[in-house]
Amino acid sequence: MRKIAIYGKGGIGKSTTTQNTVAALAEMGKRVMVVGCDPKADSTRLLLGGLAQKTVLDTLREEGEDVELEDVRKKGYSGTLCTESGGPEPGVGCAGRGIITSINLLEQLGAYADSNDLDYVFYDVLGDVVCGGFAMPIREGKAQEIYIVVSGEMMAMYAANNICKGIVKFAEAGGVRLGGLICNSRKVDNELEMIQALAGKLGTQMIHFVPRDNMVQRAEINRKTVIDYDAEHPQAQEYRSLAKKIDANEMRVIPTPLEIEELETLLIDYGIAA
Amino acid sequence: MLLRHTTEEIKERKALTVNPAKTCQPVGAMYAALGIHGCLPHSHGSQGCYAYHRSALTKHYKEPVMAATSAFTEGASVFGGQANLVQAIDNIFTVYNPEVIAVHTTCLSETIGDDIPQIVSKATASGKVPPGKYVIHANTPSYVGSHVTGFANMTKAMVTYFAEPAEKRSKTLNLIPGYVEPSDMEEIRRLTELLGIEAIMFPDTSRVLNGPLTGKFRMYPEGGVTTAALSKIGAGAGTVALGAIASGPAAKALDTKCKVPCEILDLPMGLLATDAFIDTLRRIAGVNVPEAINYERGQMVDIISDMHQYFYGKRVAVVGDPDQLLAWTKFLVSLDMYPVYLVTGTPAGKKFETALRDATRDVPQEVKIKVPGDLFLFHQWIKQAPVDLLIGNTYVKYIARDEDIPFIRHGFPILDRVGHSYFPTVGYRGGIRLLEMMLDKLLDRQDRDAPETAFELTM
Repeated sequence: MRKIAIYGKGGIGKSTTTQNTVAALAEMGKRVMVVGCDPKADSTRLLLGGLAQKTVLDTLREEGEDVELEDVRKKGYSGTLCTESGGPEPGVGCAGRGIITSINLLEQLGAYADSNDLDYVFYDVLGDVVCGGFAMPIREGKAQEIYIVVSGEMMAMYAANNICKGIVKFAEAGGVRLGGLICNSRKVDNELEMIQALAGKLGTQMIHFVPRDNMVQRAEINRKTVIDYDAEHPQAQEYRSLAKKIDANEMRVIPTPLEIEELETLLIDYGIAA
Repeated sequence: MLLRHTTEEIKERKALTVNPAKTCQPVGAMYAALGIHGCLPHSHGSQGCYAYHRSALTKHYKEPVMAATSAFTEGASVFGGQANLVQAIDNIFTVYNPEVIAVHTTCLSETIGDDIPQIVSKATASGKVPPGKYVIHANTPSYVGSHVTGFANMTKAMVTYFAEPAEKRSKTLNLIPGYVEPSDMEEIRRLTELLGIEAIMFPDTSRVLNGPLTGKFRMYPEGGVTTAALSKIGAGAGTVALGAIASGPAAKALDTKCKVPCEILDLPMGLLATDAFIDTLRRIAGVNVPEAINYERGQMVDIISDMHQYFYGKRVAVVGDPDQLLAWTKFLVSLDMYPVYLVTGTPAGKKFETALRDATRDVPQEVKIKVPGDLFLFHQWIKQAPVDLLIGNTYVKYIARDEDIPFIRHGFPILDRVGHSYFPTVGYRGGIRLLEMMLDKLLDRQDRDAPETAFELTM
């Protein structure tokens, strides 16, 4: 079983990319579980065809500690298994603790047990690594592989670099490694070259360049992944090749984060100034 | 009437606990850690936590309890406790030189998400952990479970950190005694030795928290399971775990990790539970039960049959930790007593509650059970329909006094009497002691209330 965590700046398209990739993996016959680690609980919406999911933390709060796995894990597109950690509304409580509680509970309930016959577990993690709770998915014995979703926009690259700093800390202690950057294009000038250069400086690879296409939004409005909504569309093909590349990927590195000046230089060399 | 505000009328309560029947996880984790020889428990959190946990243990055992703390400040809460813990590990090994540091977390460090294995490997990588020394850890947020959960987690950590899968099985048995007194652990070991069985017991707090006054301070008393012994538990012939809630997780982890088969039994309190314990040991080790044990058993049976009339039909209310509560319940039922009110503060789960219901199925009176419940509700039940005997920790003495009910102190904590550290309540001898305690209370009461014409010389 490969456990993969997807990180990236807020709004970069982590959930969309994850779900489309998972759909492609499921199409390939892989058994995949998605663990949404975002209080908004929208990491499995496209796989489930809507926000039908009752979150782990809501269930825990309402039913106490006697929770059953079936209460919090639903079957989605093509047999994928979907869970959402959930968490507090913005401005209250502690979302990070929510993730710790929820992953612990899933382990207790046997969500990762061999009997599930899983090929992949994907953790879709909110935003930047902001506190200890958001690093829970990459603690020892959890996800061993991380992909960062990034675009050519400065703040997205800045966040990706920051996430790499977090990974270094955990990689030194355990087995977690960076698998690569996924460029979710925003149609920034020289985006492909710039992200490839960033990947090179970080000591990793740009595993795939996902072009921007309105089909993604169209499928999303219909609560579906592109693969589910329009299997023949070229964008579906993009996600299939991303899935294949992840499935075949053997490059796992401890990243080498950049100094901020270095990052700025990179932007100037490839970006607006170019 | 210190509890005069407790009313008979019970109102629905969901979000309020009054007079809890539990304390927090690190207390149990610290107690378990003290059962490793040469171990210094370390509380990863603020100083107040560790001061409370130490004093909670000291008040019960009347012994000094050594421990260390990460001493979180505002800064540590914001930036994480890594720097504090790495420094603490360095200081502790340099100054206090323990064999093991057993780190347990607190609410604060759990909430900010400190990853203890990551911090410890950082400390190890930078040479802060001397060769041959260990740092183990258990996650013990107090907003989950109770002190019993903390004990279970730290005991499980002993398996996680020390047990190694072995190709050759030894004849040695593993014994997990449960969250019981040091005296109980001593008694469990004595019975095992009488059976001629070699066993590794973990944790083992005997001779740690019930030692003699020698006039000389020992930071690490002579008792406790050694790390050398712990490293052999993975090769054991089997594991006998006493108490499903406190010992079950460690036994199952050892089964999963090293394929050591386990039997999880009730705490051996009372005749039948001790029979089951002795019989299991006999069966697994393939030995005969010696006459010495049969003799003790016979004595216990003798007392039960001699004094049965005084036990019969007595209504008893018990509040305690889950493993003790279940063992008490079965023991009382076997004596034809009626355990009518049963409460534990530990959220021990539906399965546990079902076990209590099953155990009291044949009690010919209404039995009230609350898991998790509190002392306030327990007291309200008693107000509605009184009982003949109360069993619980020191906090129950307020109810006993207000309601004028005979009361036996048993469980954790006992803050106002001695004895629990030295006289076991497990095994046949422990059973005899429990019978004696109950008879003393019941017969004293009968004597006190008897009219002169019925004041008996012989009972």
